[in-house]
Amino acid sequence: MPYKTLKDLPLEEYFGPGHRLCQGCGAGIIARLVTKVAGANTIIVNATGCVEVSTTFYPDTAWGVPYIHVAFENAAAAASGVRAAFNAMVRKGIVDKNPNVIVLAGDGGTADIGIQSLSGALERGDHILYICYDNEAYMNTGIQRSGATPYGAWTTTSPPGKISPGQKTTKKDLVGIAVAHGIKYAATATVAYLLDAANKIEKALNTPGATFMHFLSPCTPGWRIDTANTIKVSRLAVQTALWPLYEVVDGEYITTVKVPKRLPVIEYLKVQGRFRHLLNKPEEIAKIQAYADKLAEKFGYGPISP
Amino acid sequence: MPKKVSEMEEGFVMTTPRSSMQTKTGSWRAFKPVIDYSKCISCAICWSYCPEPAIFLKDGKYTVDYEYCKGCGICAAECPVKAITMVRESD
Amino acid sequence: MKTILLSGNTALSYAVKQLAVDVISAYPITPQTTMVEKLSEYVANGELDAEFIPVESEHSALSSVLAASAAGARVFTSTSSQGLLLMHEIMFITAGLRLPVVMGIADRAISAPINIWNDHSDIMAQRDTGWISIFAESAQESYDRTIQAYRIAEDENVHLPVNLNFDGFILTHTYEPVTPIDDELVLKYAPKKRRKLVLDPNNPMTFGGLGSPEYYFEAKYQAIKALENSMETIIEADKEYKKISGRGYGLYNAYMTEDSDTVLVSLGSIGGSVREIVRRMRRDGLKVGSLSLKLFRPFPAKELAEVLSKTKCVVVLDKASSPGAIGGPLFLEIQATLKSFDVNVPVIDIIAGLGGREIGPEDIRVMLNKGLKVASEKKVDKLLDYVGVYL
Repeated sequence: MPYKTLKDLPLEEYFGPGHRLCQGCGAGIIARLVTKVAGANTIIVNATGCVEVSTTFYPDTAWGVPYIHVAFENAAAAASGVRAAFNAMVRKGIVDKNPNVIVLAGDGGTADIGIQSLSGALERGDHILYICYDNEAYMNTGIQRSGATPYGAWTTTSPPGKISPGQKTTKKDLVGIAVAHGIKYAATATVAYLLDAANKIEKALNTPGATFMHFLSPCTPGWRIDTANTIKVSRLAVQTALWPLYEVVDGEYITTVKVPKRLPVIEYLKVQGRFRHLLNKPEEIAKIQAYADKLAEKFGYGPISP
Repeated sequence: MPKKVSEMEEGFVMTTPRSSMQTKTGSWRAFKPVIDYSKCISCAICWSYCPEPAIFLKDGKYTVDYEYCKGCGICAAECPVKAITMVRESD
Repeated sequence: MKTILLSGNTALSYAVKQLAVDVISAYPITPQTTMVEKLSEYVANGELDAEFIPVESEHSALSSVLAASAAGARVFTSTSSQGLLLMHEIMFITAGLRLPVVMGIADRAISAPINIWNDHSDIMAQRDTGWISIFAESAQESYDRTIQAYRIAEDENVHLPVNLNFDGFILTHTYEPVTPIDDELVLKYAPKKRRKLVLDPNNPMTFGGLGSPEYYFEAKYQAIKALENSMETIIEADKEYKKISGRGYGLYNAYMTEDSDTVLVSLGSIGGSVREIVRRMRRDGLKVGSLSLKLFRPFPAKELAEVLSKTKCVVVLDKASSPGAIGGPLFLEIQATLKSFDVNVPVIDIIAGLGGREIGPEDIRVMLNKGLKVASEKKVDKLLDYVGVYL
């Protein structure tokens, strides 16, 4: 049943409080929403990263559902193992229910070090939902660039300098990579649009085989934003078409949140310290605008309207 | 609190769900959100966006749990009727 | 049951089938491949009701069976050489989380140069990962030890991963007569039971949390002690197995060690050849002996100190090296053991058989003669020597 208002979201909490994620952390919002939608019959498989270290600080676990963390690069493989175990155990009558198996992994654990095991799981079609919470850098180790860091962003290993704009490459198209495996459902999401995300999580869980969600997750220290601005920045990412919200059902791309009047990318860039060095470089901003324009065209977002 | 080896589960498995609740993260807070219920329209936005969670529905009212609220200010920033104010914690 | 012709690989697969394993995950690597091919067949034919995960790497093979084990399934994986090295990281985690994963290892040399033949470099590089490590000498032993491995790993007092080592090609691909035990007997000896700590939505638990300096040491200590304490269960499992099958292997096979001047200590398939040469040299009046070690972790130090205290020189045959150290990994272990138990017997090391270099009867004679020389001269000229390398 689709979620139409925020009040349709379950009141039960399966995550936190008392975890050690930063103030205003996007990933906290995601972990909470995912477990709410998935419910008690769920097993979380977490890659090493911010969420793992902040929510399983022994003897404190923030998790109200079964949870396993093995390592950084293997969350998808571990999830396949959990799924296989339950498939076999349900068949043999050892346990009675086959739970949801959901991976939570950061952009480093997904786009970089974990992409091999992710590809394996997607190719095999193991019935798992893989959610990448993308804060666009290695935030847990202190803001180093990843394959998902956007063009121009400052990180500690993509510092802007005399001959560098900051990050020199554009983000990996993770949904495109996932879809290329022939999976039946993939989607983008972000924390500002929780109902859109909740409905996608539910759809993904009800789709057979492997499914994938790419979830933009603002990081207040890493993006150099005020802790209160997590949602605002997430919303601006959508409204500037830098983070279009869509789903891919059986290979068909469908825009889920339409933006008839788009904002210029400067509105998104200027509220984040990680792009501050670009503000007096119109040629760099033009490149980012061109990137957004392409996405806007692809996903049917409207013209810029200041 | 340190634990002896014998007090640890095998493989240091944690068997109490949400045992993190023993960590009162409210002490991180510099500003606290105060809800003005004369303005509150119970829209659930503050509740849904809280990363902790530290806002709960209590007797039909969205209520801040100051034991855990870290004071990020998302709730105040997103409140559509400006019913939430961030107030500096007194020392 | 009647005797059938099986290779080391297929003997092990046969045991895995009888053990009614729930989840198998593996990636092909020579000389392990025929083992997983056989298991895939069993699953495809419905002879074994299990999930087979055809993963994209050994790293994922171990990661997936680790997680399946955490979910409560009986699991199996196998690998060799480079594949084992790729699993290295996850091996520590398997032991740290106290999960009873069983793995077959077709022991094989490590690159570079790349080489598919047998030595023990792969397993020796996993020495400190916290697994129980058993070595087999024959296809029959591979079969028997596989069944024992599950009883040991899943024992409440153990809950640790076990690796079963059998020499690449020499054991994995050689067909020998193997006498299996009945299916029901296998499951009676190694019954499946549900652990208290598993991933279960009815009783949510967190596996693999972060251990800060306040807690890490205790978590680690617990796993270290579990490995140490597993010795008792390993010995008991072997004894019980002997009762139902007539076959037991012990911690080592000591042959002609009692009144010897020298004993050659080895691991794995070479043991049989050493015993044969010992028999022949004894015929010539030479007081030589053989000790084929069956268990490398936990290391049966006390037991070895006792048996080796009766000889005059211990020669260790290492099929692996520890470059820059005074000897190979097995030598270091034996030397430390004897010194620690005040056994004042000289120990010398021979590194041989690297990358599948044949260790022939003459090579074994050379090794034993080195031991006899030290025993008669009462001095060690050369602590470490290499046999079979063209200099």
